[in-house]
Amino acid sequence: MLELIVISTLNGVLFGMLLFLMASGLTVIFSMLGVLNFAHASFYMLGAFFGFQISRWFGFWPALLVAPLLAGAIGAGVERYGLRRVHKNGHVAELLFTFGLAFVIEEVVQIIWGKGPVDFRIPPSLDFPAFTIFSTNYPAYKMFMLLVSIAIFVGLLIVLKRTRIGLIVQAALTHPHMVGHLGHNVGRIFMLVFGVGTALAAVAGVIAGPALVTQSNMAGLLGPILFVVVVVGGLGSLPGAFVASLLIGLVQTFAVSMNGSLSGAFGPLSPDYASTWLADIWSVTIAQIAPIVPYVLLVLILIFRPMGLLGTRET
Amino acid sequence: MSEIASTVAPPLPATSEKLKFYAIWMAAAIVLLLLPHIFSSGGSLTTFSLIGISIIFSLSYNILLGQTGMLSFGHAVYYGLGGFLVIHAINIIGANKLPIPLPVVPLIGGLTGLLFAALLGWVSTQRSGTAFAMISLGVAELIASSALILRTFFGGEAGVSANRTKLLKLFGWNFGPQIQIYYLVATWTLIAVIAMYALTRTPLGRMCNAVRDNPERVQFVGYNPHTVRYLAFCFSGFFAGIAGALAAINFEIANAAYLGAQQSGTVLFATYIGGIGFFIGPIVGAIFVTFLSLGLSDLTQVWQLYFGLIFIAVVLFAPGGITGLLMMHRPLVKAGTLPKVLPSYLAALVPTLAMIVGLVLAIETIVHYTVNPGDDSHIKAFGVNFDAASPYIWAMSVILLLAGFLVARKTWAWIGHAWDNATSVAREKGIAT
Amino acid sequence: MRKFMMAAAFALPMLGGAAMAQETLKIGYIDPLSGSGASIGEVGLKTFQFLADEVNAKGGIQGKKVEIVPLDNKTNPQESLIQAQKAIDAGVRYLTQGNGSSVAGALSDFVTKYNERNPGKEVLYFNYAAVDPVLTNAKCSFWHFRWDANSDIKMEALTNYMKATPAIKNVYLINQDYSFGESVRTAAKAMLAAKRPDIKIVGDELHPLLKITDFAPYIAKIKASGADTVVTGNWGQDFALLLKAAADAGLKVNWYTYYAGGTGGPTAIKQANLNHQVFQVGEGIPNLDHPSSQEFEKAIRAKYDFSLFYPRAVNEMRMLAAAADKAKSIDPVKVAAALEGMEVEVFDGGKGYMRKDDHQFFQPIYISSLGDRTEREPFDEEKTGWGWRLVAKIDTSATVLPTTCKMERPN
Repeated sequence: MLELIVISTLNGVLFGMLLFLMASGLTVIFSMLGVLNFAHASFYMLGAFFGFQISRWFGFWPALLVAPLLAGAIGAGVERYGLRRVHKNGHVAELLFTFGLAFVIEEVVQIIWGKGPVDFRIPPSLDFPAFTIFSTNYPAYKMFMLLVSIAIFVGLLIVLKRTRIGLIVQAALTHPHMVGHLGHNVGRIFMLVFGVGTALAAVAGVIAGPALVTQSNMAGLLGPILFVVVVVGGLGSLPGAFVASLLIGLVQTFAVSMNGSLSGAFGPLSPDYASTWLADIWSVTIAQIAPIVPYVLLVLILIFRPMGLLGTRET
Repeated sequence: MSEIASTVAPPLPATSEKLKFYAIWMAAAIVLLLLPHIFSSGGSLTTFSLIGISIIFSLSYNILLGQTGMLSFGHAVYYGLGGFLVIHAINIIGANKLPIPLPVVPLIGGLTGLLFAALLGWVSTQRSGTAFAMISLGVAELIASSALILRTFFGGEAGVSANRTKLLKLFGWNFGPQIQIYYLVATWTLIAVIAMYALTRTPLGRMCNAVRDNPERVQFVGYNPHTVRYLAFCFSGFFAGIAGALAAINFEIANAAYLGAQQSGTVLFATYIGGIGFFIGPIVGAIFVTFLSLGLSDLTQVWQLYFGLIFIAVVLFAPGGITGLLMMHRPLVKAGTLPKVLPSYLAALVPTLAMIVGLVLAIETIVHYTVNPGDDSHIKAFGVNFDAASPYIWAMSVILLLAGFLVARKTWAWIGHAWDNATSVAREKGIAT
Repeated sequence: MRKFMMAAAFALPMLGGAAMAQETLKIGYIDPLSGSGASIGEVGLKTFQFLADEVNAKGGIQGKKVEIVPLDNKTNPQESLIQAQKAIDAGVRYLTQGNGSSVAGALSDFVTKYNERNPGKEVLYFNYAAVDPVLTNAKCSFWHFRWDANSDIKMEALTNYMKATPAIKNVYLINQDYSFGESVRTAAKAMLAAKRPDIKIVGDELHPLLKITDFAPYIAKIKASGADTVVTGNWGQDFALLLKAAADAGLKVNWYTYYAGGTGGPTAIKQANLNHQVFQVGEGIPNLDHPSSQEFEKAIRAKYDFSLFYPRAVNEMRMLAAAADKAKSIDPVKVAAALEGMEVEVFDGGKGYMRKDDHQFFQPIYISSLGDRTEREPFDEEKTGWGWRLVAKIDTSATVLPTTCKMERPN
């Protein structure tokens, strides 16, 4: 039992940090540009596939460096040539553009790399058990993932709090129009933010690729959870995104390992109800509903606290 | 300066306008009646039935998107729930031999859609814009996932099936053959389209437009935007339920895919590509997208890529959709200056077509190499034979793409000039603004 | 050629023209050819095309060349019905499908209703891979024939093997939460309780289908339970990720699976370094000591670079040809009458027969394990170097299960 809790906590924190890598970029983009980038998870997927291809040719460590840069460059291009043009047609058009983009990216990935999973391996230098807790080995690669995520988080914090561009971005997070009024090259900042945001998602893809299955449906699986994180955490709030990522990561991981159900707690229903919908609800376990818990959270937050847990703005 | 307020009511429409208005509806009804006599195979009847269902669904979606400005990613929920309840209803009616004939059954679907929209709508419509989109996404994912948990009602991933021929016969029809289903769908489509058009002409319809354009001002005028959105949501759910019911009757099966994200995405595509600014837009979009999704997958293996590219092109270059593009020409037609722009269109046609052909060639060749490397390199795409391994083809695709793009750019500029001229003439005549 | 044919077949019947004269025997292959299921759908299509070429080289069926008409259903039941209607309009009277029991159920229902409402234009549906038992039990149909052992039959074979393996003491069940996973676990529990009451079921898990990205908590639970054997019906990424997590955590158990041989499976097993610890129950493997099937395997690998995942497709095509010969016609009603009850020599040796009561095909079932090879295993899988080794052969008679089918026959 204790083993389960410890492992689940470790895994939950890890998953949460991975989510944060992606959600940080998405939150900043959402707060500054006002557009919820549907294609954000697609950049995560591009990062994984670029990482896979580059690691096939040059090795894992060059891939870790080059793949995010490539994905970030594509992101900047998308902002400059696509989003900026659509901006004048309103938020709906921007959302739809990113929606179509996500679709097309998935198709292109399928064409180039196929529809099945690709063999993205953990680099041999990291392929050993880091420590043994109770009787389970915890892989070193997962510790590496944790370290990279924390390093990036710290780096992001430093950049935001200590550099000039970071201050501008912080300002734009809460008062985007004012920043424009103050004379900063808003277009260039937007492009930079979009590029860095997507590069961060790509980093998450490169390091998550070997651990999870690298396949063309990656984006579709993780995409909706990402939105939940951003909305729950709150607009304009990076700490909110951090808290929400950890929360959702832990909730999902723990929920999956719990077998509790109403029938377990209160005993089985009488057989008269056996073939009705009540029986379904009675016997469903928490593990089975684990994937929909984030959406329940999303709907509740949007109804009762639309600015999110730590958000500072509503729109 | 004229008076600010007039003391006389605006004149009633002239008889000729009234005739024109009703003539359109009569013509539509006649076309629907005659269609199956021209195209009578089973496949085309199924296609028409699907188009009819898609028209109702897209129009219901446009009540939200085009008229009230609410972008929903989960509209398929009401479609799907309507479909499921109708399947269960058909099973119950058939088992108990209730005197309810099949043509009345879509109403049950509509009422289901209305019920769930009323239940979920109040909290969903509290805000609009991105927050509403997110709520709709969350609710849709919730319900779609619950469909796999509540197995008894939703039947798991196999879904629930019914036999539509077991109901009370109407005029000797048992609704087994596809032609009878076509007529059922066609009748309901006509009724639904008339109803939804009538809705746009009511004060509620106008207030929906107002809420879309300026919700704050609506509050000042004395209406609650939340209530208006909620009512639009309910109507939209009602008609979506009718569409879902007809789909369930057509396929005699309802499964979790009815509620899923893909179904919501398809209706979004169809409505947006057709054009959200005009009533007829979603109709055009529904027809276009249904044909595309049925026929494109036979012509090329990567039809989804083309789908996505078309969607992005519409979002980037033609945000008004197909009807938006066509309707842009209305002032020119009225001013009689359309012939001014036509030559530039013709001139642009060739290089633009060349560019597109080059792109398609490039895509299909790449697909051959990455997806089917072991196959014979003589492939056929869009009905045209070519050899994907020949360097001649690669060169041609690159040339067509680049040269086509460069030449096309010039012709597009020419179109712009021609438009400027034509519009200024129309402006002088007082037709365009 | 096929793409043009389909385009024409779509356009021409719109004008209600009569179906073209039957110079070929068309078989409509309805499976995903785009989207996430496409990798499996393409494999099936190429297998059938290979088989059609083989039959045509021998003169076709009743003098007619066999033509496979590919129809993309995007793994969607509604789309499958649309494609079926399109196919029927284009003159197809034999449909085959395998990926997804939900699609299979919809197709079987559609074909039954169509044949009832259109006498004289009957269509047959050959199911080569959809294993939901209900298709040959409560929802059976005279027009549906199944060549894959359904999931209950496979579990019967597997539990007969487990009956004779005393080393198995604690069994953990983990499956996907949908109809197939449910039937695997229900059948496993019932059959194990009957044949080996001493075996303890130490865990019974259902996880959401294709949604889990990290199976570590499940592996932790398996470890905590003290199981020595895991029985799972998982396929696709659910299988690959499960094994990955097991390898990461150093879990040492034996895995009894249905679909370890599916696309990506052998790669995952090799990556997880589980040598001869993953077993599969199926109707054949390439490394059986049977010359003619090994010849076939070599030929199909040379042409398409994948291993034969569907020996049952071979049985299906060969039996179709035999039934047409027996009925001296390609009319679906006569072929169906000839098919039911037919006994054949199965593709990789042994006797099989199509049971008349429910149109379920019974054949020898094999338990095999993936691992390093000896000279007796000439074929490897997915270029991993590892191949399937025969562990046990369950004879046809030991796989037979009763049926609840009450088939309505045409008269």
